[in-house]
Amino acid sequence: MSILVTPDTKVLIQGITGSFGARHAKLSLEYGTKVVAGVTPGKGGQLFEGKVPIFDTVEQAVRETGATVSAIFVPPPFAADAIVEGVDAGLDLVVAITEGIPVIDMMKVKLSMKGSKTRLIGPNCPGLVTPGIGKDSHGGCRIGIAPGYIHKKGNIGVVSRSGTLTYEAVWQLTTRGYGQSTCVGIGGDPINGTSHTDILKMFNEDPETEAIIMIGEIGGTGEEEAASWAAANCKKPIAAFIAGATAPEGRRMGHAGAIVSGGQGTAAGKIAALRAAGIAVAETPTDMADTLIERIKNG
Amino acid sequence: MNIHEFQARELFAEFGVATQPGSVAHTAEEAKNVAAGLGGKLVIKAQIHAGGRGKGTFKSGFKGGVHLCDTPAEAKELASRMIGEVLVTHQTGPEGKEVGKIFVGEAVDIARELYFAILIDRATSSPVVIASTEGGMDIETVAEKSPEKILRLIVNPFLGLMPYQTRLIAASLGLTGPLMTQASKLFTNLYRLFIERDCSMVEINPLVVTPDGKLLALDAKFNFDDNSLYRQPSIIAMRDITEEDPREVEASKFGLNYIGLDGNIACLVNGAGLAMATMDIIQHAGGMPANFLDVGGGATREQVTAAFRIILADKSVKGIFVNIFGGIMDCNIIATGIVEAAKETGLSIPLVVRLEGNNVEAGKKTLAESGLKLESGENILDAAHKIVAAVKAAA
Repeated sequence: MSILVTPDTKVLIQGITGSFGARHAKLSLEYGTKVVAGVTPGKGGQLFEGKVPIFDTVEQAVRETGATVSAIFVPPPFAADAIVEGVDAGLDLVVAITEGIPVIDMMKVKLSMKGSKTRLIGPNCPGLVTPGIGKDSHGGCRIGIAPGYIHKKGNIGVVSRSGTLTYEAVWQLTTRGYGQSTCVGIGGDPINGTSHTDILKMFNEDPETEAIIMIGEIGGTGEEEAASWAAANCKKPIAAFIAGATAPEGRRMGHAGAIVSGGQGTAAGKIAALRAAGIAVAETPTDMADTLIERIKNG
Repeated sequence: MNIHEFQARELFAEFGVATQPGSVAHTAEEAKNVAAGLGGKLVIKAQIHAGGRGKGTFKSGFKGGVHLCDTPAEAKELASRMIGEVLVTHQTGPEGKEVGKIFVGEAVDIARELYFAILIDRATSSPVVIASTEGGMDIETVAEKSPEKILRLIVNPFLGLMPYQTRLIAASLGLTGPLMTQASKLFTNLYRLFIERDCSMVEINPLVVTPDGKLLALDAKFNFDDNSLYRQPSIIAMRDITEEDPREVEASKFGLNYIGLDGNIACLVNGAGLAMATMDIIQHAGGMPANFLDVGGGATREQVTAAFRIILADKSVKGIFVNIFGGIMDCNIIATGIVEAAKETGLSIPLVVRLEGNNVEAGKKTLAESGLKLESGENILDAAHKIVAAVKAAA
């Protein structure tokens, strides 16, 4: 079953004609994703790759195609607007790939979304993938920028703040014969739509997900909150990896949200919280999958 | 992005936040002239992007980056001992920072020192005001020893900091009567500054009450949201490149994200999370990372070459660990870029490359046939062990 998206989910792409959006729209189509519409203001009426209709507004796209999920590839100055447009059009899910959205914009967007039915994932995230059953997991739903072929359909849920570090974990699982139900990148920004805990809750309820890998990094308290929730509620085995043990205090390590401030948000603190919750923590990025596999076998 | 104290004062002036009279000076002569326009006792403060100036020491032996004096002549003398000299504080690191400018102001008599800051609270997605009666000291120590002396007030970003909230904060700081009125005005204007200039942090420490009942922001630390700089031209204009690590400045020209650290094993990685994990695993394998370096999703030959040059400009680097997961990126294109960069920079220190992902076999072949002295890692841990061993062997 997976979470959030299935191979049949109808996806629209905001910013489909920009070079970044176009490149990944094409890759998603090649993967078998049902990309049914694109939105680029001013280019309504055109066709993307000769097959996907482009609209001027999300509202038109939803009305004409029944899309329920959007991937946003719009540049930072306009991305907050694009997110709220998606929410306003009544989408189930908005996935904001864009990196560099002003924090104050995201603050307002997030608060304005309270009470709406739309879930936001991101921004500054690689997106999500529910693998398909074809060759190299073709036929699944790929939203964002992750490489499709590294995935395999299966029962491990993956949730992460990272991009390539996530792909490492996914590839380790796939090459060991452990497929994934859904892989979700929640992104590296300090203010975002969906937390580790939100995704753990979904994996916990998903009959197809049997075990979970959780990847985190310095900054914020998301991993600690997830550990606390999991200890009380999660019935499924979890393994985790936290990046940034050697990061200096007070510097943003690439991701806007990856910062140790005033001694808070350290890797050591997160690892301690995870272990205290009974979650297995991998020592290195090389043994993320093996740590989970051992936890599954040993109960 | 950080700014100098004198630039913070410019922002205060623009937004009506009360502070002590004074100006910046670039030379000792200028310091004398500024002092002549002020009254009473004077304070001279070195302008560097670091705290702890008062307790710092100049490499010349002159003690203290903050001094009081009485006359313009004395101001000139103190300025001459600071400008062009390197000041070392507990926040600058042992290399210290060269002082290019100083602030000359009217020294303020202090009856009370308070603390006032505005930050972004991740948990509530809102600005948060932190206020305390314990100003003039490290707020983290206060948080640890007497957390009850710290007020945290969440601001609704749609309403802004409301007048009643400013009065609540003032009351908690023991500011009443005319001081409450001044406080309301100062807090309101500072919040407006915070929002309109896209700050990620504003910290006033100390916020001072003078014996004659004036409320002044005496020292301010600002941090700006890097994501918002595109829409803050006046803030970008304040950027002082001389205060930044030149390697980081050079790296950003090539779209590389680079942060210098203290170790001797450099790394080059695609992706911030993977880059952090790579630094960590170098330490795990017994080495010390020299940097964080994220080449991002592209990693062209030009970027890899620029990255190698920046890494090699650091003479303490004794080995390089390249760790790439080529998802959509082609590992062979990266391998070719690495080989060309190594040749172009005349690389002679140990290099270990770990590639995984798209077209990895072709990439490994390119590395193996390059004729370069480099090793390939089977996985990230294996590669980390190899680079640590290679650096030890070469030592």
